[in-house]
Amino acid sequence: MAGFGSTQTLIGLDALASALFLLVSLAIVATRQMLATLRLFVIESLLLAVSATAIGIGTHSIHLLIVAGIVVVTKVIAVPWVLKFTVGGEIYGRREIDQALTIPTSLVLSAGLIFFGFFVSERLFFMVSAPEFTLLNLPVGIACLLLGMFTVTVRREAIAQLVGLLVMENAVFFAGAAIASHLPTLAEIAAAVDLPIMTLVFGLLIRQIHRKLGTTRVGELSALGER
Amino acid sequence: MAPLTLLLVIPILAAILSALPLKQSRFAGKVTIVASAANLIFAADMVHRVLRFGTTEALGRFLVADSLSAVVATLVAFVAFTASLFSYGYIVIHREADDKVRRMQGYFVLYNLFVVSMLSAPLLANLTLVWVAIELTTLMSAYLVAYVDTPEALEAAWKYVILTSAGAIIGLFGFLLLYWGTQTAGEIPFTWQGLLQGATRIPPAILWLGFLLSLIGFGTKVGLVPLHTWLPDAHSQAPAPVCALLSGIETTTVLYVLMRLFPVLEASHVANQSAWFCAAGLLSVGVAAFVLIRVHDYKRMFAASTVEHMGIIMVAVGLGGFPGHFAAIYQVAAHTLTKSLCFFAAGLVLVLTGTQEVAKIRGLMKRSPVTGAALLLGGLGIAGAPPFAVFISEFFIFRAAVFSKHYVVVGLLVAFVVMAFCAIMFHITGMVFGSGGVFNGHDSPVICKWAIAIAFVPMLVLGFYLPPFLQTLFEGAARALGK
Repeated sequence: MAGFGSTQTLIGLDALASALFLLVSLAIVATRQMLATLRLFVIESLLLAVSATAIGIGTHSIHLLIVAGIVVVTKVIAVPWVLKFTVGGEIYGRREIDQALTIPTSLVLSAGLIFFGFFVSERLFFMVSAPEFTLLNLPVGIACLLLGMFTVTVRREAIAQLVGLLVMENAVFFAGAAIASHLPTLAEIAAAVDLPIMTLVFGLLIRQIHRKLGTTRVGELSALGER
Repeated sequence: MAPLTLLLVIPILAAILSALPLKQSRFAGKVTIVASAANLIFAADMVHRVLRFGTTEALGRFLVADSLSAVVATLVAFVAFTASLFSYGYIVIHREADDKVRRMQGYFVLYNLFVVSMLSAPLLANLTLVWVAIELTTLMSAYLVAYVDTPEALEAAWKYVILTSAGAIIGLFGFLLLYWGTQTAGEIPFTWQGLLQGATRIPPAILWLGFLLSLIGFGTKVGLVPLHTWLPDAHSQAPAPVCALLSGIETTTVLYVLMRLFPVLEASHVANQSAWFCAAGLLSVGVAAFVLIRVHDYKRMFAASTVEHMGIIMVAVGLGGFPGHFAAIYQVAAHTLTKSLCFFAAGLVLVLTGTQEVAKIRGLMKRSPVTGAALLLGGLGIAGAPPFAVFISEFFIFRAAVFSKHYVVVGLLVAFVVMAFCAIMFHITGMVFGSGGVFNGHDSPVICKWAIAIAFVPMLVLGFYLPPFLQTLFEGAARALGK
């Protein structure tokens, strides 16, 4: 019987977090409500923290436990707070997001992206031997990076595009937790500070766009370009 | 405190002083000018040390400069200085009546922070921190792009931050893969030097995927086709001095990262890195040449020319060999010095005419000889006419390509460069000569013209004379790019 701290249990926990992480990323693609996508992002960040903790205990990396703490503080607490503070309740509220493609089409394409992410990782693992945690996290990370890019591309609403960007960042950290588990603490802190600044800059810009143009549907802005 | 540290500390101090809640904005502008001028001295000191010792470091190897990083950091410091002079005229004096004081102070705070982030990218030793610095260049400049607060500027700023941030995140994935590679290969430090020394031990598959993601990610921020779509928008809507920083040097500081990866790939024999660099570069030069023909806005024209020049530098790096790499470094310097002047000239034109439409502007030379001459010289300089710096650096690139028997590359490159030359000069001569244009503005403050005069000196001198110390520095930088 494996105890809580045993490697098998931790791998199982990480596998569960990976599966849920992928599902939540997919749910963000499929969700129409602004507030719901933000809540899904918070859940996704929590799953990232769980995975980082599991790998941290499994590989005896104190760095990853710090990462898990930083993720909770920045992504679960700071980012939603900064967004609410900058963008304001009106835009933040329960609104429908429109996008360039319908939800079913998006899901079909997303399935293709996930397949591609796993395919690339398999090719990589064919050439490089990797530990168990990397086998779980890297494919999910690559797949969710692609899903995040997809969200940025198809959404017309500014905040939804920002959420896509945050999903991309989460995906990179998710893969990074496994492949770069001994990154210097300084680098982790710097990357962590970067994220709230990013959210702040984006939030203020969204507010300015809303004030000036009366809309945050950035996908419809097309004044610039070659005529 | 080591001079290398001061190079980063001085602009931070200037940012803090600019934020002081004073009743007028001139103080913030003057502080920025003084700080940028002081930084030129520390940049010169850095170059001096690099020439003497090969590298210089500070904060316990936290900051490291070799010839290549010294070239990039010095260019940042130089453009930051000329652009601070231009900003004083363009933002403080010219817009004093229209803009709120706090807004202008905010401009200088972000200006200095933007400069710090650009100076950090070539100087930081740890690659994760290099990534943070590059992401911060986007975040610090987002508000500078949106400064004029028009719908177009906001659209440009949004495209700029969303696309370059997405690119930076992809680049981060690339960097983390490289880090994984260094860890699998043994405890190699995660620095440029470490990557280079451990290149043969890093699993090729990881190195290659890391490079590919870095090329896509950072290529977005450099403006390589087809990831360049945001660039003409952002670089045309920002205020002129910000454009000079964005187009002149920000693109180069990011290109620096890709340049650093070249010798790593060369050492590991993982991919045909020359073909990758040449193909990516030629695609950018070619597309930019066609865009330049049908461009209708002169600031977009200079922005498209940045895409062209980034492509030319990529090709020069890809050609390989010392002559190609020396030409690439020369081109980096020539482009930065010339492009900043071009955007200053564009700023003068905008203040004078109130429009960015090429078709509406005629007879600049008659109305304001200084503005007309600045635009004409800038246009000739960036298009690659003698006796200016870009001419000689492009000539070096063509020569390196012929000597290394890359006949197809040189054929295409010459064709595209000539096309771009004709397109730029066609637009510029139309604006400078003739008569009957729209003039809804007035002449720019004198300090703006001083900025142009200062920027003009190296652009002209490097066209026919490379001082021995720069020759040594450029040669050192070229050697850092590989065999």
